[in-house]
Amino acid sequence: MNRLADWTNGEAAIVFQSCAACGNRQYFRRSFCASCGAMDLQELPASGEGTVYATSLVCRAATPETKAHVPYNIVLVDADEGFRMMAHGENDLAIGDRVSARFVQFAGRLVPCFAKAAQPDKTGRWR
Amino acid sequence: MSYITGVGLTSFGKHEGSSSLDLMSRAASLALADAGLVRSEVDGILCGYSTVSPHIMLATVFAEHFGIQPSYAHAVQVGGATGLAMTMLAHTLVEAGVVRHVLVVAGENRLTGQSRDAAIQALAQVGHPDYEVPLGPTIPAYYGLVASRYMHEYGLTREDLAEFAVLMRRHALAHPGAQFHDPITVADVMASRPVALPLRLLDCCPVSDGGAAFIVSREPTTEARVRICGCAQAHTHQHVTAAPSLDRLGAEIAIARAKASTGVAISDVRYAAVYDSFTITLAMLLEELGLAKRGEAAARVRTGYFSSDGEMPLNTHGGLLSYGHCGVGGAMAHLVETHLQMTGRAGDRQVRDASLALLHGDGGVLSSHVSMFLERVT
Repeated sequence: MNRLADWTNGEAAIVFQSCAACGNRQYFRRSFCASCGAMDLQELPASGEGTVYATSLVCRAATPETKAHVPYNIVLVDADEGFRMMAHGENDLAIGDRVSARFVQFAGRLVPCFAKAAQPDKTGRWR
Repeated sequence: MSYITGVGLTSFGKHEGSSSLDLMSRAASLALADAGLVRSEVDGILCGYSTVSPHIMLATVFAEHFGIQPSYAHAVQVGGATGLAMTMLAHTLVEAGVVRHVLVVAGENRLTGQSRDAAIQALAQVGHPDYEVPLGPTIPAYYGLVASRYMHEYGLTREDLAEFAVLMRRHALAHPGAQFHDPITVADVMASRPVALPLRLLDCCPVSDGGAAFIVSREPTTEARVRICGCAQAHTHQHVTAAPSLDRLGAEIAIARAKASTGVAISDVRYAAVYDSFTITLAMLLEELGLAKRGEAAARVRTGYFSSDGEMPLNTHGGLLSYGHCGVGGAMAHLVETHLQMTGRAGDRQVRDASLALLHGDGGVLSSHVSMFLERVT
């Protein structure tokens, strides 16, 4: 399997796995499909576009590195590709917001951080 | 058939200078005395874990320390659901004839044995090591995520959540062993320090020292006859990111299995003991278990339904939120209190009728669920 680098190993990218046998999409990397057990997985880069599913603003952190960042928003985002992921988010995000990912430094690492997506460009419709 | 023949519980809060083994031993001695048994009659030991003193063989460490040479012993780890999971296993072992008397025990000096930062940090590790923990979430943040979604879905407000903290504190006022004895109001909860919004300090259970134990036996050993009718589990995920949904949980599955295997209906239940690590946990679980309709548990708190003198007394010792939370022993206190209520030994807290009880525990981030029915036998 061709392994793509992503934010969990320092690359500014979000990667998911797609099962060739059953079509299941999974976010936590494994050598097999957690739905059907097949080994035939493809790794794909995600667009970074999605919808906010849940949010929690952390105001009390537990380590010196993370305390320097409070408050920071932990979010669950439903990616357009069909998997759910945890990430950081801008503090003003609400459930249902359309968001897109960028990457920020947090406690000495690169982590995905979602912000409200720019208004969709609808000019193409009128051409 | 299996019976809970004895229970033991220490006070929760600070036990300066006590180790996890000390607290386990104290609770175990109380449970043995309550059952009218001596150490040598115990042939099975199930114990929880200690985050302060981790060990790969805690059950035999404890057995040696306490002075028992059992024919069956090991530790169990299912987070906050461990106490009821151990009880379910003890029930199964006793019914299968493997052992006669199982000592179920847990205790931890979680408050004085480590710094608060260390406690928060240790627990946050239930998150995914690659995809969650590097983002800096805490246990309150995992439950904050759950709260935001559940509140969005069913229209719960922050005031609704606060009602559960106030109720648990009111119950704790009547228990001398509880960690907190200052009354609080909804306004106090709303004004408390933000921890992981929407959860504030008083929406969260404290970190405590304490221990709890009980004995599960084949036959009653005293006049206290409390039978385990049946139990069931459901495990839907480990990490909150991988939860199938935050609107519906495994509790609904576990209780359906428990009802099917026992024939007990929710309308038969007279007393409820439900895991309450956070206010949102209690609100969600009550609704999942069918003790209130979706979005309506807080309204039932306001009408007194879950009060000591209400139709469905709930966690009359004060729960994790106000009796305290010492790890595995935390939720075991719910069972100890249930037993005292069922056997008419709850003193000033005694409810009118606790003849049939529903208990529910949750571990992880609403990951593991155990539902159980207990019945008083005359």
